[in-house]
Amino acid sequence: MAEVIHAQDRRRLLTLLGPAYLWLTLAVFLPLSAMLFFSFLSDMPGDAPDWGVTLGNYAQFLENPTYATLLWKSLKLGVTVTLFCIVIGYPCALVLAKSIKGRAREALFLMVILPFWSNSLVRIFSWAIVLRGNGVLERTLNWILPVDIRLNLMFTTEAVVIGLVHSYLPYVILTSYLALQAIDDDLIDAARSMGASKLTILNRLLLPLSLPGLLAGAVLVFVPVVGSFMEPRILGGRMGTYYGTVIEDQFVAVYNWPLGAALSFILLAVVLVILGAASPVLRRART
Amino acid sequence: MSPIALLGRIWLVLILIFLYAPILVMAAMSFNASPFYQLPFEYSSKWYSDMAGNEQIVTAAIRSVLIACAVTAIATAVGTAASVALFRYEFRGKKLLQALLFPPIAIPWLITGTAMLVFFFTIGIGRGTPAVIIGHVALALPYVIVTVTARLSSFDVTLEEAARSMGAGAWTVLRRITLPWIAPGIVAGALFAFAVSFDQFVVSYFLSKPGDSTLPVLIYTAIRKGFTPEINAISTIIIAISMAVMFLAARYSKFGGDR
Repeated sequence: MAEVIHAQDRRRLLTLLGPAYLWLTLAVFLPLSAMLFFSFLSDMPGDAPDWGVTLGNYAQFLENPTYATLLWKSLKLGVTVTLFCIVIGYPCALVLAKSIKGRAREALFLMVILPFWSNSLVRIFSWAIVLRGNGVLERTLNWILPVDIRLNLMFTTEAVVIGLVHSYLPYVILTSYLALQAIDDDLIDAARSMGASKLTILNRLLLPLSLPGLLAGAVLVFVPVVGSFMEPRILGGRMGTYYGTVIEDQFVAVYNWPLGAALSFILLAVVLVILGAASPVLRRART
Repeated sequence: MSPIALLGRIWLVLILIFLYAPILVMAAMSFNASPFYQLPFEYSSKWYSDMAGNEQIVTAAIRSVLIACAVTAIATAVGTAASVALFRYEFRGKKLLQALLFPPIAIPWLITGTAMLVFFFTIGIGRGTPAVIIGHVALALPYVIVTVTARLSSFDVTLEEAARSMGAGAWTVLRRITLPWIAPGIVAGALFAFAVSFDQFVVSYFLSKPGDSTLPVLIYTAIRKGFTPEINAISTIIIAISMAVMFLAARYSKFGGDR
């Protein structure tokens, strides 16, 4: 395939790769380092001339139990949303990959993935219209059912979960579908011809072989949900205070950037631990 | 059809309803005359004309599209160059460079966005449109590189060797052989880049100046003040654009070209 590098190629390589990686360095890696530095500052250098280096911001996380409680709340939200996405999404991927064939499959797959690629803020906003008190959902239910129903779903934790599941469900379907599709149909036929039931085929064959894809999807849902702030703000109202919204506040309302940076870094550490633990699985899922 | 297969199909239909119903409700309500989303439904295009007359929305929309175009141009050019290098050459550190593409995708945007804010502020770029463009390009680059590299992996290198053996220079080979082959991948990558920028909220939110915001940021601020059907109208337009762009991207990256 590609040849071993020659001296003249080195310059071409640098010209081709340089811009992309310089850009990523300037816009992602240096900022992350700068934020790590910021998280150890006592004040913003621009505001206070007597700024110094301190562990105080991290100490605040330990001293004030609110932060740890909110981080725990966000992690629980991540687990809840991920579980719903798996339970709802995996069967859907199964149907798409193994039950529907041909052009219909391609079209349906695209239909499932399409909303996921569209504007997430607008989709959360659309749920606000559906869920609001006396909104479309309540009216529809009252029209179908004879009893008067007051759901009051808007500004509840349930609303946040519904919105987030809607946002990230296609991730699980996408990764599970790709893993399931890679399983040779002959294997299933072989199992069936030897008398395996549908349940046995699912438990002993499809589930183990597609597990890396399913787990990859789960991680890809869990990580952004733990760091979400826009969805809880719009759908959660006063119930929507999470770890992400507290970080948002430090940067846009309270203007305590060093504390915000420390809180962000604690979140990043949690995320990296999770990604690190999942990386063997993720690597298997990609190949 | 077996009962299980039937059940599976019903499940799939329910999921499609779950995914599309809120979007369709929002679109329908943008044509509803009542400002409080009252039913029965009464058709009106009032909110669209209100929206078109709202200078803030129009300015933000134009800004969003211009930013997305700039991001598309930069990310596609820079990303395609990197993909060609990553595909053509074997070198030490290649695995590391490929791994470095994942942090911008995998780290929550909240963290990336706030980090960019802190850094750009420190080095004097500050907040505003240039900062937003720099940030969006960084987020779009991995998508472009992954898409173009995927297309390149189906490329037959012997074609290049054949052209070169017949006396074509490196530039001619690139222009006449390599680029035409990966064109669908580049188009898909460009569409992805456009969508990443046009739909991006979190990073824009932290990087744009108040009063100088992109469309999603404007919508977020407006929603938090209480929503109006005007926002429905512009949101409906946004989702139509972003779905159309992604539909094209999907056709180019997966269904186009080699069929």
